[in-house]
Amino acid sequence: MIYDTIAAISTPVGEGGIGIVRTSGDDTLQIINKIFKSPSGENWYRGSHRLYYGHIVNPADGRIIDEVLMSVMMAPHTYTRENVAEINCHGGMVPLLEVLKVVLSSGARQALPGEFTKRAFLNGRLDLNQAESVIDIIRAKTGSSLKVAMNQLRGDLSDKIRHIQDQMLGMLAELEAAIDFPEDEVEERKSSAMISNAASVMAQLDELIESAETGRIYREGIRTVIAGRPNVGKSSLLNALLRENRAIVTEVPGTTRDIIEEMLNIKGIPLRLIDTAGIRRTEDYVEKIGVQKTRESLESADMVLLVVDVINGFTDEDRDIVAKFKAKKIIVIINKIDLDGDILIDLNDLPVVNISAKTGEGLSLLEDKIMEVALADGAGLPEAVTVSNVRHQTAIKEARISMEDFNGALKSGLTADLSSIELRSAWESLGEITGSTVTEDLLDRIFTDFCIGK
Amino acid sequence: MEYSAGKYDVIVVGGGHAGCEAGLAAARMGCKTLVVSLNISNIALMPCNPSVGGPAKGQLVREIDALGGEIGLNTDRAALQMRMLNTGKGPAVHALRAQADKTVYQMNMKSVLENQPNLDVKQVLVERLVVKNGRVAGVIGSTGAVFSAEAVILTTGTYLKGRIIIGDLAYPGGPSGNPNSITLSEHLSALGFSLLRFKTGTPARVDRHSIDFSKMSEQPGDEKLLNFSYVTKVKEREQISCWLTYTNDETHRIIRENLHRSPLYSGFIKGTGPRYCPSIEDKVVRFAERPGHQVFIEPEGRDTTEMYVQGMSTSLPEDVQLAMLRTLPGMEKVEIMRTGYAIEYDALDPTQLKLSLETKMIAGLFSAGQINGTSGYEEAAAQGLMAGLNAALHVKSREPLILSRSDAYIGVLIDDLVTKGTNEPYRLMTSRAEYRLLLRHDNADRRLTEKGFGVGLVDEHRYKLLEKKKQIIMGEIERLKVAMVPVTEKTKAILERKKSTPLQQSIPMEILLRRPEIDYMDLMDMESGNAENLPEEIRDAVEIEVKYEGYIKKQMAMVEKFERLESKKIPQDINYLDMKGVSTEAAQKLDRIRPESIGQAARISGVSPADISVLLIHLEQKRRLAEVKA
Repeated sequence: MIYDTIAAISTPVGEGGIGIVRTSGDDTLQIINKIFKSPSGENWYRGSHRLYYGHIVNPADGRIIDEVLMSVMMAPHTYTRENVAEINCHGGMVPLLEVLKVVLSSGARQALPGEFTKRAFLNGRLDLNQAESVIDIIRAKTGSSLKVAMNQLRGDLSDKIRHIQDQMLGMLAELEAAIDFPEDEVEERKSSAMISNAASVMAQLDELIESAETGRIYREGIRTVIAGRPNVGKSSLLNALLRENRAIVTEVPGTTRDIIEEMLNIKGIPLRLIDTAGIRRTEDYVEKIGVQKTRESLESADMVLLVVDVINGFTDEDRDIVAKFKAKKIIVIINKIDLDGDILIDLNDLPVVNISAKTGEGLSLLEDKIMEVALADGAGLPEAVTVSNVRHQTAIKEARISMEDFNGALKSGLTADLSSIELRSAWESLGEITGSTVTEDLLDRIFTDFCIGK
Repeated sequence: MEYSAGKYDVIVVGGGHAGCEAGLAAARMGCKTLVVSLNISNIALMPCNPSVGGPAKGQLVREIDALGGEIGLNTDRAALQMRMLNTGKGPAVHALRAQADKTVYQMNMKSVLENQPNLDVKQVLVERLVVKNGRVAGVIGSTGAVFSAEAVILTTGTYLKGRIIIGDLAYPGGPSGNPNSITLSEHLSALGFSLLRFKTGTPARVDRHSIDFSKMSEQPGDEKLLNFSYVTKVKEREQISCWLTYTNDETHRIIRENLHRSPLYSGFIKGTGPRYCPSIEDKVVRFAERPGHQVFIEPEGRDTTEMYVQGMSTSLPEDVQLAMLRTLPGMEKVEIMRTGYAIEYDALDPTQLKLSLETKMIAGLFSAGQINGTSGYEEAAAQGLMAGLNAALHVKSREPLILSRSDAYIGVLIDDLVTKGTNEPYRLMTSRAEYRLLLRHDNADRRLTEKGFGVGLVDEHRYKLLEKKKQIIMGEIERLKVAMVPVTEKTKAILERKKSTPLQQSIPMEILLRRPEIDYMDLMDMESGNAENLPEEIRDAVEIEVKYEGYIKKQMAMVEKFERLESKKIPQDINYLDMKGVSTEAAQKLDRIRPESIGQAARISGVSPADISVLLIHLEQKRRLAEVKA
């Protein structure tokens, strides 16, 4: 076997609390040993093709991540004909991701799309006429995950990473230009300046690591705000979606004056559902505060469920909300279709769903629509998002470690031939996210920044 | 009229730095070899700067020497001064650089060629190749002479359709007033090769008598005797200095006012120039805020008054060249002896080559040097050596010698060219190498001499010397692991002087040597000459191996991973265009480059990891089908 050890979450992510992290490769047992704690102590391994009970812990701090059942299967009688471990996790999405992370930080590499199947074929586990289907799997999975990875990277995160990479490249270009063109006038910053630049890059990486921890969406859910005029049935909708009586529902408009938040899982997508006070002009002091809070909630929402009813229809206040928050994902919900009334809404491309929170009619259509909208730009897609998320985090953490080594090398006065190695590998770790390779970027930067040449 | 003029194993077309190494390598490996040049007075001509080596290039020279090439020995003989560059940046990037006497360099190299057994030198302007059934069979000269051979190496430099440009003046020609070669270029096109159009340039040469050196700062060589070759016989050298001066506002004003007369800005030049070797007008435009650029005045030889003006490469008209040179301190009365010029020339797109430097299209046809899109004497010589030895192996029906990116800078150079191609004249830089810590100036012999011996280019005596050297280095490292540092007043004093933490108890020498501030000689002082006095190159090697052990091991682990992919070979009869599941772009590139291993395939731009996965599946499928048939 000439391959390294790979790992991935091998069950569909999202629905249900159980999931499997699978590893394959020579180092499987070594990796497991770093993170698996058994009640029977260190010598827990009793042989291949057995199920082991224990806990996965974070080797960095000894903290327990999840209680697991793990099957260990040694080559050759396994799916890939390599050493395989399958960790059955029970704690839901977040622990599953945490387990994958510690597996990766203990020496495994995140599997590429279809890689387990590819190995199964290359190692002779699958027969010849299965080759085509292996290729199909690789292609299909690569297509969708690439698209999502790109979507994930659009905007804020990718800007930040590129900005950090750019600072690293500036330092690297300086070191390399001085090495490759020793007789040109390459202005090198002082070692102290380089150290403080490195420290600043490290701080920026720390910030990224913190904000990226498993992704806010999976820790907190998609912030989904239920908004609308008073008494259109926002709280009824919340209760209907939760299938319980969480919010007080009355006939009196303006009953909900505080914000109510509930976690909810719709088809594997975690939502943080936020019921708000209805928006209207009011003289009631308490209600006024409620309205103000509603506006704040809307500002921070990922998705807005704008509720109207068949009786009053689509009002100016509703139009205001659409205009003001058009950058958010908005679903317009026409409630109370069990009553008489008929409204027409022309809202360009906004999705509209008719329901009755009271009878439950249209609720499952609404759930489908929520999933569709959440997934529209890939941001909520459970499997691919979390996978790319973990890969990004692993890469950012590796970059952080290399930067620390670089900083250490500078401080102890190591020569440029050594310190540049660390800086380069920090850049390359981030390059795994942005998909860029160092050599050409570096040469471009050297020739842009420095007047080189005889 | 065509007539049969002789039969050879290997013919080298061109007598520049690539051609010389190619011819010598083939002849030394026992092949009957012919080197032809359109002007044999110009064998080993240095048409640009009078220097050899520098970062990455110096390592190349050492590697060529370790493999049994000539450039190192010849530079040692011709050197006017030598300097070790980058001494403060760590041993991995130490780089030797020599100023060479151009005439001595040329005469010596010519003499080496002329006196090499198995090697003929002839003045022939080659116009066509003889190609039969997809194999090269010889060359045809302008006089009708037909030379037959099993292998031909093209090392035509910048001569193919060469065009000289000085300001608004342009005429066909090769470098340094030589004629160019039109017919061969057209013949290569007709054979189906795709050609690139590149541009390079050189500054004016000025008369030493017209320069006031008192206004410049002197740049002497290192005091210590330095040499490129591991087997050099040079024991002493009288060194000559270079001189440093600067451009100023007045220089820049003259350049700016005459930019419209520069062919680069008027669009008169169409070829792509090198970014690392910009003309002075380029520097002034791109870095307008700089008050001055450095200019080195370098001797072209001991017996000539010609001086090279490094940093002032230009294609501005002659009158502007003179005016701008006269603004430099010390150059107020300078006289130009040769005018600077730009040259455009045809080159082969190097992605048409295999890693052995044989063309994919015509068996037995190799190419090396600037014709492959590189620049630099060292890059040319390195390719020349590899093309020469691989042509010889081809004649002997032996497998080619391929150096990998982890073996040598030569491997980086050739892999870059063949796998990625180039869109400007390619120059090797240390930052192009992934395993820079392993590809050092000091260990080129330990990396490569055995390989040179294996193909028959290095003789047994030299090989045995190397083996002995390796043993001594290993032995000394082992000794340092067990020998303890004596805890004496002397040791204490040395540690104090080096600002190193005092020792509480005795530790092995090796451990102490790992401290950055301690060097090997300190250990010897502590031991008070206990060890026999080892030669400097051994001491350096021991010190580097010990101090860098951790880093070296880390890079070795990376190399091991890298080599897994390199060792996975791809059969050459594979059909990429019909391969299901590979993206169209990747299929086309794979089909054109025809990589020799999975590792090489992965380095082609536009080939994704998924494409590589699919390729692996196809290879396995193919292998099993063959197995089933058998």
